[in-house]
Amino acid sequence: MNALSRFFARLEGPQTIGRGPVFWIGFLIVLAGACSYPMFSDGYTVGNTVYFFTWVFMALGLSLIWGYGGSLSFGQTAFFGIAGYSYGVLTLNFGAAYGFTLAAVVIALVIAALAALLLGYFLFFGRISGVFLGIVTLSVTLVLERFMAQTAGPEWAIGKARLNGFNGMSNMPPLTIPWPGGDIILFPDVQLYYVVLGLLVLVYLGLRILVNSSFGNVLVAIRENPERAEMLGYDIRKYQLGAFVIGAVLAGLSGVLYTSWGQYITPSSMGMTAAALPIVWVAVGGRSDLTATLIGTLVVLSGFQALTIHGAQYALVVMGFLLVLTVLLAPRGIILAAADLLGRLGKSKRGDA
Amino acid sequence: MALLETRALNKRFGGLHVTNNVDLSLEAGEVHCLIGPNGAGKSTLFRLVLGEHSPSSGQILFAGEDITALKSFQRIRRGMSVKFQVPGIFKALSVRQNLETAMQHHYPAASLHEEIDRLLEFLKLSGESRQLAGNLSHGQKQWLEIGMAISLKPKLLLLDEPTAGMSPEETHLTGEMVQRLNADGMTVLAVEHDMAFVRQVADKVTVLHLGQVFAQGSIDQIVADERVAAIYLGQAHG
Repeated sequence: MNALSRFFARLEGPQTIGRGPVFWIGFLIVLAGACSYPMFSDGYTVGNTVYFFTWVFMALGLSLIWGYGGSLSFGQTAFFGIAGYSYGVLTLNFGAAYGFTLAAVVIALVIAALAALLLGYFLFFGRISGVFLGIVTLSVTLVLERFMAQTAGPEWAIGKARLNGFNGMSNMPPLTIPWPGGDIILFPDVQLYYVVLGLLVLVYLGLRILVNSSFGNVLVAIRENPERAEMLGYDIRKYQLGAFVIGAVLAGLSGVLYTSWGQYITPSSMGMTAAALPIVWVAVGGRSDLTATLIGTLVVLSGFQALTIHGAQYALVVMGFLLVLTVLLAPRGIILAAADLLGRLGKSKRGDA
Repeated sequence: MALLETRALNKRFGGLHVTNNVDLSLEAGEVHCLIGPNGAGKSTLFRLVLGEHSPSSGQILFAGEDITALKSFQRIRRGMSVKFQVPGIFKALSVRQNLETAMQHHYPAASLHEEIDRLLEFLKLSGESRQLAGNLSHGQKQWLEIGMAISLKPKLLLLDEPTAGMSPEETHLTGEMVQRLNADGMTVLAVEHDMAFVRQVADKVTVLHLGQVFAQGSIDQIVADERVAAIYLGQAHG
């Protein structure tokens, strides 16, 4: 019991909204709902829900880098693409036997992490910040998109894997778990849903612990006043780089899951539109809080999909308006603003405002 | 041995010679005030000591070690700490979290919050613990930053115009606090305009003028020096 309460104490802190039994009971109810949801739905809809979930990892990573650390990365899709393409190249070459797809996930994430380490080193140790950080990261993802788009010729292949230019790679095997009675192949259906849901819970709780730790304290201090943080004896460049690499790995996880989900990846996943959308999800929900980011991303994504189905060409325009409205009316994010309001109402009801 | 020493320190910004061959020496345990008219090079010297600027030539020694090439955070870890002129605090974080961020690696986790409570009391901010730092009054912000600076238990405390914007009463209280810290063994280097404050706390005063050390001595010697009065009236080299 004592260990359990200590565990919950580490999940809570000034850097995350939601604490105490009420919040965690609510969390368990939502989780139970999410677990039982496939029973009341069909395989296609469940697979579509997995599609939403895959993006949340990238959003949470951006929340860490931007919302907590104060560095706006406009190029998280670069790591999404690097990991997605890596997964494709690896599995197209080595297949899915003996659980290799799982090894491919790990290798792809390591490649994304190394890319982020290299880029982040030059950015943060070169003391690049603010709008310039956004420009450089955006340029990186756009360059990668352009590069991959011109790989249509047969000379662009890594082993058996053709890169296929603008059409992208396809037909890589989905995630496969080796199992005694026959491998479990995770097509976009109920099984993949549970795996991704499990990952999402782990990442969400893990990030809550991280941002409420002493690392998180320094991260938000850098966002508030980098000079003061350095003058407390912190090498702020290392903290910024650490957050950047973690965020890149999460973007990479999104990329790998997306690639195995649809069994394809194209250069446009690193393009301008793809790079801008995560910023909308994270800003609209409330970038400086993980829970707000999580909810906001899922809400905006499902709204976006509904719009695309009913009026394809306007969906992006609506996203733009949504971002502008958020910035003007609730700069901290709509979910966070709503949570603040609820908190204030609760307080005044108890009479201790 | 001197705790802080600058040797033939120079800083040029283009053609502007802002710090000109400054030799400064601080004995451990003293309160040393740096004064001088506007543009004398006080702030630049301060930033050179902190590592925010790197000198064009010359050396900076701290506790006998050459720290000229060290970055700011490395100097802080060796035992310096600073309070800026404009309160450098984390506005969107609570007062408690401001101190926690400063103190988390200097105290064991078990006693961290007790230490924070003690410091809050010392700073007369106990009631504001959960308040956002950005909502404090100007004076309280100054105190909070002083609290963060001294919570690192530095050997040398650097104060950049600590009483800027304070009432005479608050200035006097700040002076008393500096004296208390000094009594506990902290060495202090302060850039200051307020002569009442300097008179209250300084063991030694260095007057900078046009980037050079113009005069040095006790406050009484400095006040009695007619040349010093003259530069403040703009008559030196006249």
